Amino acid sequence: MEKNVTYIALFAALIAVLGLVPQITLATGVPITAQSLGVMLCGTVLGARRGALAVLLFVALVALGLPLLSGGRGGLGVFASPTVGFVLGFPVAAFVTGWIVEKWRGQIGLVASVAAFVGGVLVLYAFGITGMAIVLGKSWPAASVLVAAYIPGDLIKTVLAGLITQGLARLRPHAVLSRA
Amino acid sequence: MLTLTSLRETPLHRLPAGWKLAALAAASLWLFTLQSGAALGVTICATGAVYLWLGRDIAARGIALLRPLWPFLAVLGLWHLWIGDMAAGIFLAGRMLCAVALANLVTMTTQLEALIAVLTRLLAPTARIGLQPQVLALSVALVIRFTPVLMDKTAQLMQAWRARGGGRANWRIVLPVALIALDDADHVADALRARGGIVPQNGLRPE
Repeated sequence: MEKNVTYIALFAALIAVLGLVPQITLATGVPITAQSLGVMLCGTVLGARRGALAVLLFVALVALGLPLLSGGRGGLGVFASPTVGFVLGFPVAAFVTGWIVEKWRGQIGLVASVAAFVGGVLVLYAFGITGMAIVLGKSWPAASVLVAAYIPGDLIKTVLAGLITQGLARLRPHAVLSRA
Repeated sequence: MLTLTSLRETPLHRLPAGWKLAALAAASLWLFTLQSGAALGVTICATGAVYLWLGRDIAARGIALLRPLWPFLAVLGLWHLWIGDMAAGIFLAGRMLCAVALANLVTMTTQLEALIAVLTRLLAPTARIGLQPQVLALSVALVIRFTPVLMDKTAQLMQAWRARGGGRANWRIVLPVALIALDDADHVADALRARGGIVPQNGLRPE
């Protein structure tokens, strides 16, 4: 019980910290933050249920007014802005990612990468694009054009999520709860 | 840790958090259902008037909080310039800015404790399906306490990285940061257990 609570809370803090560390600029010139990498790691390391709860806790704290989103954004205004779909999709993305890692018992690094792609890119963008389409009053294909610039960065993050999960599984096998 | 709540007490601070949230929900619903530009214009003016009534510092802070939205305004502007329907673009931009400004107003004038209390009250019925409100309160406290701690440790890692001549830290910093989070979680869990642990309430609502 105590371990569940502290893992969920510390990973919620991890998502916040990864959003606040300086941005990395890709070769394409688009700046990315590691925040969505944090969401992927919640799924790959903590598994479906705990991972989704950690992200849900993070989203709840953003709603309560803590400036934890990348760029120091936070508060209820986030839920009226065009990026609302991404924020609401975060917990679902972590759940799907964690679910795949739990069910597919292959080599952890590879499985984590694929899971992060399905949850952290496919599922997350479905939510994100829908939210943007609603707030900006655009069609779904038009909204998807607007976020296309961010997809290369997120594809890189799925590979990183695999490598980092593999590293954690080697260093702290007991702590990778998705495989415990 | 820093919150977005204004430290200077305004009349809106004294309203119950639940009322403000209900009013915000109603206003947002109104904004996303209204069709006429005139109705939107009146709503925007009313929102601006509330900001100015609360004081110049709140209004300036409110404008600063809207700044991250400029890329979307640029996109809307270019888009509607291209399809030749600027009026629709201005309507959508105004609706978005007004909805975000109203939500920020609630965030700026409501204490974190008051919002946590509302959340706990809303989640009280979930005690019956096993979610314990005091566990939620503990989790919230842990995140608020450990985000700055983890932030400091990350900053130290990055300094050490630079000191060793690694240049600017890149993605490789994430693995040790995640490792610190896992180890801290283990230590805090041990510390909680040593102090008697989280006592299960068996679905009963604690008073």
